[in-house]
Parts: sequence; structure tokens; C-alpha cells
Amino acid sequence: MGPSKQASVGIDPLVVDGLRVGYDDVTIIDELNLVVRKGALTILVGANGCGKSTLLMAMARILRPASGHVLLDGKDIHRVATRDVARTLGLLPQGPLAPDGLTVRELVAQGRFPHQSLLRQWTEADEAAVNAAMATAQVVELADRTVDSLSGGQRQRCWIAMALAQETDLILLDEPTTFLDLKVQVDVMNLLADLAHSAGRTLVVVLHELSLAAAYADTLVMMKAGRIVCSGTPDAVFTAPNIKAVFDLDAHVLRDPTSGRLFCMPTRGMPARSAIVSAMAIA
Amino acid sequence: MTSSPPQSSVAQTGRWLGLPLAMGLVGAALCLNIAIGAKLVPLDVILTALTARDPANFSHTIIWDLRLPRALIAILVGASLSVAGALMQGVTRNPLAEPSILGLMAGASFAVVIGLGLLGLADNASIPLMAAGGALGAAGLVYLISRWVPGGATPLTLTLSGAVVTAFLGALTSVAFLLRENAFDSYRVWLSGSLAGRDMSLLLTAGPLLVIALVLSIGLARQITALAMGEAVAQALGVRTFWLKAQLLVCVVALTAGSVALAGPLGFVGLVIPHAVRLFTGADYRWIVPYAAVVGAGYLLLVDATARVLFRPAEISTGIVTALIGAPIFIYLIWRRVR
Repeated sequence: MGPSKQASVGIDPLVVDGLRVGYDDVTIIDELNLVVRKGALTILVGANGCGKSTLLMAMARILRPASGHVLLDGKDIHRVATRDVARTLGLLPQGPLAPDGLTVRELVAQGRFPHQSLLRQWTEADEAAVNAAMATAQVVELADRTVDSLSGGQRQRCWIAMALAQETDLILLDEPTTFLDLKVQVDVMNLLADLAHSAGRTLVVVLHELSLAAAYADTLVMMKAGRIVCSGTPDAVFTAPNIKAVFDLDAHVLRDPTSGRLFCMPTRGMPARSAIVSAMAIA
Repeated sequence: MTSSPPQSSVAQTGRWLGLPLAMGLVGAALCLNIAIGAKLVPLDVILTALTARDPANFSHTIIWDLRLPRALIAILVGASLSVAGALMQGVTRNPLAEPSILGLMAGASFAVVIGLGLLGLADNASIPLMAAGGALGAAGLVYLISRWVPGGATPLTLTLSGAVVTAFLGALTSVAFLLRENAFDSYRVWLSGSLAGRDMSLLLTAGPLLVIALVLSIGLARQITALAMGEAVAQALGVRTFWLKAQLLVCVVALTAGSVALAGPLGFVGLVIPHAVRLFTGADYRWIVPYAAVVGAGYLLLVDATARVLFRPAEISTGIVTALIGAPIFIYLIWRRVR
């Protein structure tokens, strides 16, 4: 299973150019520029309300910008037909809900929607795409269960399988690991990284968990108040001063000696572990 | 009807086989409905009457002039109200949504009574149009009220404002009825729905309207499943959600208006049937919508037959029977959701 279409060489799959987005009178994102690299895992982080989800929705053509453009394969995304966008770009919004009683296979099959019409019916290719997506997301054994009967992690894998069955070059995900156990979060992130690095998909992910973002991102985008504060490889941008600037959080950035990946440990207000131990000894 | 992803499971085969089976049961219900009445007509007479009509035969005349049109109305209205309910539940993601609960039916009935009684518009073309205007107006009113209350348009506020609008328009309809009782006496059907003594010539205008709306609804069914997963998911899958919702609104209004024009306000059909159908089809609207049409048609045929025999020779309104069956199911659905 591979991307259904090859973007022309040299054109970045998704470019945000001078974007301004808001709801009613409130501007959420102002004059934002971003280039999403092909075949890479781009992760957006920032404090609650910084506009990272809004940015993702605008990039997915769900929100219409007040000004500026989102370019999909070099074309203004709002000038591309809804169905054509859906064949190029898939989106998994935050906390999606399946109707009661929908089975996993039925949910994943929804991903074939943009490839079907009243005249063009279910084909072998659709069947193959659904089976491959379910295998990749490891939900084959859940196929006939209903989505509402699954655990959070299983459910999230089903939704990812639906996005995979869409066979788009680009996949945008809004907080796909929220409310999951750490082990399941890591499973999901491994799956996403593999999609980018082995299958050549381009992924943009909004993430809450900072250390997970730093560990997995090819490009880490740090946002604050509707603007991008810094963006680049985690090695370049995941620094204590940037974390302080973006989250107002005092933290040490450390490197895992085995994997070489960065993670952060908040400092201010935390008593040293030795102090706790001695306090317990006295008690 | 569109094909669906094949499944290894038995359920998939069952869903394909179930549809002709259900249609066969509707055929049986149709014969039963025609047979039952003040004069019981044997099955072989019905079949002869349908295949080779003898104008001199009294039973044949009863079947062709009275019972068959009435049964046709039951089929059309049963299918339409069930499909309207299924569409509304899909688009609002509210399991309690259906034309009578969200006020559309009261709006349609009110508009028809006002149009007939005060404006004197009694022709076959005007009645469905007035009903459509009333249904659309009531839908808009219910939506605006639920938007305006704190918390916005949630399933709960929509259901409550639907109940309020239904009660209010029902009261106005009753007042108009009392003020001009003589003029309105033949319009009693618009207080509580009934299939008895309906004007068959209305079938010529309301019938095609309902058939077109039913076909369009079945055509849209595929997109409703995507829409039921949320606006953002549906758009990301390539559904033009605004355009789809506009089409669905037109379908729901047409289905409700045509049904009210033919049979008055028959409550709860749109609630009971889609939920019953889901037990068999699952949550995919590609199956729910066509099944709702077939099962709804059979349901109303049986309800109508029951209404005629329950207290024979007296006949109770069809609308009373649908409410008697529907209200407990409404309570059950709320109980299951709150639990």
C-alpha cells in the first residue's frame, strides 16, 4: 500500500502562506507561514489555546482563512474540489465519534468514501486498501467488533486505519494520543513514524505530550498565541529557553543515552527526590 | 441503493437477503390490510381483483376505490416518515430526532389547517405545499430556540424545543378548530393523524412528491454515514457537508409534508422504525435508509389494520395507535441513553 499519487518533484505537499484564521471577531492565527516537508513527521506543540488545532483544521480545508493561503501540492486548497482534497489529504480530528453499532470494518471502509460514487461501487482495490489499512494499524482481529465496545487505544488505531484506507499522501492528526496509556501512546507514535519513514507518507500531528513530540518529530513546530515561535529538528529547537518561551515552563532538556532522543524534565517547584526520601525517613 | 463493503461475516449476506424478504412481508401485510374491514374479503378475491378487475363485482369496487388507495397511503406514509426519522437522526446525531418530536409535523398540520380554514386553499397542489411551508417554519423555529438557550443546539435542547413548538402549534390548531368548528369538521384528521376517509385525489400530488424524496434519500444514504461521524470527519472524507445538509433538509421537509397532507400527524413512526431497523442492519445508513422505507411501509399497514379491528366496528385513529406504540419506545431510548 503506497500513496495513491506522486506529487510533482520539488513542490512541497503542504505550504501555509501568510495565514490568518479566526472565529467570528477573534483572530486565532495571524500571519503564519509553514512549509511541511514531504515524507516527514511534522509535530505541532504549544500550550492550550495557542491555535495549533485551528492551524491543523485550516490546513485540512475545514476552516476557511480570513486571509492568506494553504497550498496543497502548490494549489490553493480552497480552489480544489472537496473530493480531490479528500484523495490527497486525510484528517483525523480530535476525539472523533463513531455512530453506535458501527463495526470496525465499516468504520475503516468509510475511508474509501472519496474513491467511490453512486456509479463507481465497491471494488477489489477498495477491499485491498481496507485490508491493508487494518493490517497496518493492527485492528484485523477487531474487524467485526463494534467501535463503541473497544478501549481507547483500540479505537484510536481504528480511526487511524480509516485515515490509512483513504490512501492519501498527507495525513493530518489532531492529538491522536490524548487519553491513552503511555504504552499505547508509544505504539501509536511508532505507527505514525513508520508511515512517514517507510511508507513515504507526509504526516502533520498536533501533540500534547512534549517529550513524545521531541522524541518522534522530524520537524518540531512550537507555537504560542497563534504564531510559530520556532520550527526545525528537535535538536535545533527543543531547548530549555524555547520551552520557557513557548510554555512558560522551567525544564531541563536531557538526552536519552540509548536512543539519543531528547526529553524534558520540569524543574521549578519540584522538590529534589533526595529531599523526599529524607523526609520519609524522619516520619 | 449502493453496494457496500463485502464482509466475511454472515451479517453481510443477511442484509442482502433480508431486503427482498422484508418486501415479501410488506406484500403479505398489504393483502392483510386490504382483507380486513367492515366486510372481510378473502385472499383469492383480493388477488383476482388486483389482477383481473371486474367492474360489476362489489368486492372488487371496494378494493379498488377504498382499500387499495388507503393501503397505498399507508405504504407511502409509513416509508416516508421512517426514512425522514432516519435522516434526521443521522444528520443531528440525535437518536430522538424524528418529524413529530422535533415539531415539523405540528408545523405542517398547523399550516394546513390555517390554509384550509382561513385561506380556503383546499386544492390538491396547495395542501402539500402548505404542509411543507409549515414543516420548514417549525424546523427553523425549533432550531432557533435551541440555539438561543444556554448550551446551544444539543440533542436535549432540540428535543425540548421540539416538544414546546409541538405543544404551542397544537394548541393554536385546536383554537382555530374550536373557533370554526363547522368549517373544520372534515379536517379533524389534522389534529390526530388518520388513514380513514382520506381524500384519494391527494395521492396524485403528494404521492409523486414522496416517491421522489424517497429515491433521493436512498441516494444520499451513503453520505449520511460519513456525516454521522462528525462534520470534520465527513468533510475530510470529501463530503460537502453544507450542501448535503441542505439536500437532507429538503428531503425531510418533503417527506413530512407529503405524509401530513395524506394522513395528518402520525407521531413516532420515524422514531420506532429506524431504531428497530438498526437492530438488524447496524449503524450504516446505506442499509438503514432502504430498510427503514420497507419496514416502515409494512409497519403502517399493520398498524392501520390493527386500528380497524381492535374495537370493531368502531375504528380508532391510526395516529393514536402509532403514539401508543411509540411513546414507550421513546421512554426506553431515553432510559438507555441516561443509564
